[in-house]
Amino acid sequence: MNSKQLQTWSPWILLIVLVLLWQLACSAFDVSEFIFPSPTRIAAQFWEFKLIIAAHAWRTFWVTMTGFGIAIVVGVLLGFVIGSSRLAYAAVYPLMTGFNALPKAAFVPILVVWFGIGVGPAILTAFLISFFPIMVNIATGLATLEPELEDVLRVLGARRWDVLIKVGLPRSLPYFYASLKVAITLAFVGTTVSEMTAANEGIGYLLISAGSAMQMGLAFAGLLVVGAMAMLMYEIFSVLERRTTGWAHRGAHNS
Amino acid sequence: MAATEPSNDKPFVDFKNVWLAYNAELAAANHFAVEAIDLQVRQGEFIAIVGPSGCGKSTFMKLATGLKMPTRGSIHIDGQAVTGPLKISGMAFQAPSLLPWRTTVDNVLLPLEIVEPYRSSFKAKRAEYVERARKLLQKVGLAGYEDKFPWQLSGGMQQRASICRALIHEPKMLLLDEPFGALDAFTREDLWCILRDLWTEQQFNVILVTHDLRESVFLADTVYVMGPGRFVVKKHIDLPRPRDLELTYTPAFTDIVHELRGHIGAHRTATQAATSSTSP
Repeated sequence: MNSKQLQTWSPWILLIVLVLLWQLACSAFDVSEFIFPSPTRIAAQFWEFKLIIAAHAWRTFWVTMTGFGIAIVVGVLLGFVIGSSRLAYAAVYPLMTGFNALPKAAFVPILVVWFGIGVGPAILTAFLISFFPIMVNIATGLATLEPELEDVLRVLGARRWDVLIKVGLPRSLPYFYASLKVAITLAFVGTTVSEMTAANEGIGYLLISAGSAMQMGLAFAGLLVVGAMAMLMYEIFSVLERRTTGWAHRGAHNS
Repeated sequence: MAATEPSNDKPFVDFKNVWLAYNAELAAANHFAVEAIDLQVRQGEFIAIVGPSGCGKSTFMKLATGLKMPTRGSIHIDGQAVTGPLKISGMAFQAPSLLPWRTTVDNVLLPLEIVEPYRSSFKAKRAEYVERARKLLQKVGLAGYEDKFPWQLSGGMQQRASICRALIHEPKMLLLDEPFGALDAFTREDLWCILRDLWTEQQFNVILVTHDLRESVFLADTVYVMGPGRFVVKKHIDLPRPRDLELTYTPAFTDIVHELRGHIGAHRTATQAATSSTSP
């Protein structure tokens, strides 16, 4: 195995080593499965409850994707507005930063009052937690045009809109995809947190109920599933990013 | 050549006592970026503006393209009072600023997607315009690189493409703001010749802003030396055309460069003594 292959497989190797260590530690010190279940115990419970886990996972998945979809629409629109107008940038940005500093989990009780237990709070929490990076990245991409290039186009009679469409948007695409990768993982966090208190379905709910029933293996299995879903979506957006904005990542495979 | 002899025709570029302050407060405080600019350029003339950094050269460019309006005075270009961005001009800067997601030929086509009358016919006549862009790229020695991306090109090649982008809509006036400043000496001289040939062939007006005296003397009909905010010397370059790079090693050439350098030096020491300025 050459060093390049080693690099490719290194995360998997590390994962296997960690799982083995975990298993070894659990067996060696005879840790109670109600405190810290071993990988084999988690696997067993995963298999035992696979249908239940799948149902909850599906719920978490579509709720997250819905919230994330709203976040993309709102984030892109807001980012477009504040990135293309200096006044809007000055007015909106400080407020948005303040808003972003609020813990989104704290919104869940309020959302429950407004929308009741169920899908509503979860979708909205996923949205609230994930639109900010999208907005900021679009705005940054638009706001950091080279002034010379703007002059070249303006002297030709380009309107602001032309500059945005021809230069601003394509330029902000790499930023956009980068933000999607961050935002999707945040969206899963939002959904799960919300489901823990404000839903009767979803992985968050599963975690709480498994925990209160001392089914630690099941709780860990639930965690694994959220992590796996988030990583999968992250990878999908990475591939999409490389496909569409290869020009921005040329260092990796060119020159 | 005969055509470039001074004539009594109406000037193509006509600056009459032009002052510019960047805003009203600065104007009130008598802080002008350029002061009392008087300049008459005839059709097809190649002028160069030289001077140290921060003397208002780039401001002059913005005035000449209509991107900035003068605080005082008037500017006429091609017989028209300048009231806004001047579509008959093309610009190129020290940074090629090509769009990395477009191929070289698509970068050169960008102005045609924006400026009229090309804009409205762009979709219909795209093939014709692409052909034109390719011809222009070949003319500056970029044959074979038309479909490469900018980051696959060297700095000098990118700058050639940038000049093609400035010329694709056949402007009457080409404005170059230190276009070769970031290139090595050999590449720079190559590009001088390319610019000389394009200008000889198409006879557009050129305003070249530079801090390279040899460059200005080699290329221009008239060199203006700029001190802080104003023109201090106007020097007609009588060297015969067509000019060859060999010329830059002749005593006649170096004498002119020397003389211009003297003006810049004299002016700088004078102002530094007067203001005991802190900036070098």
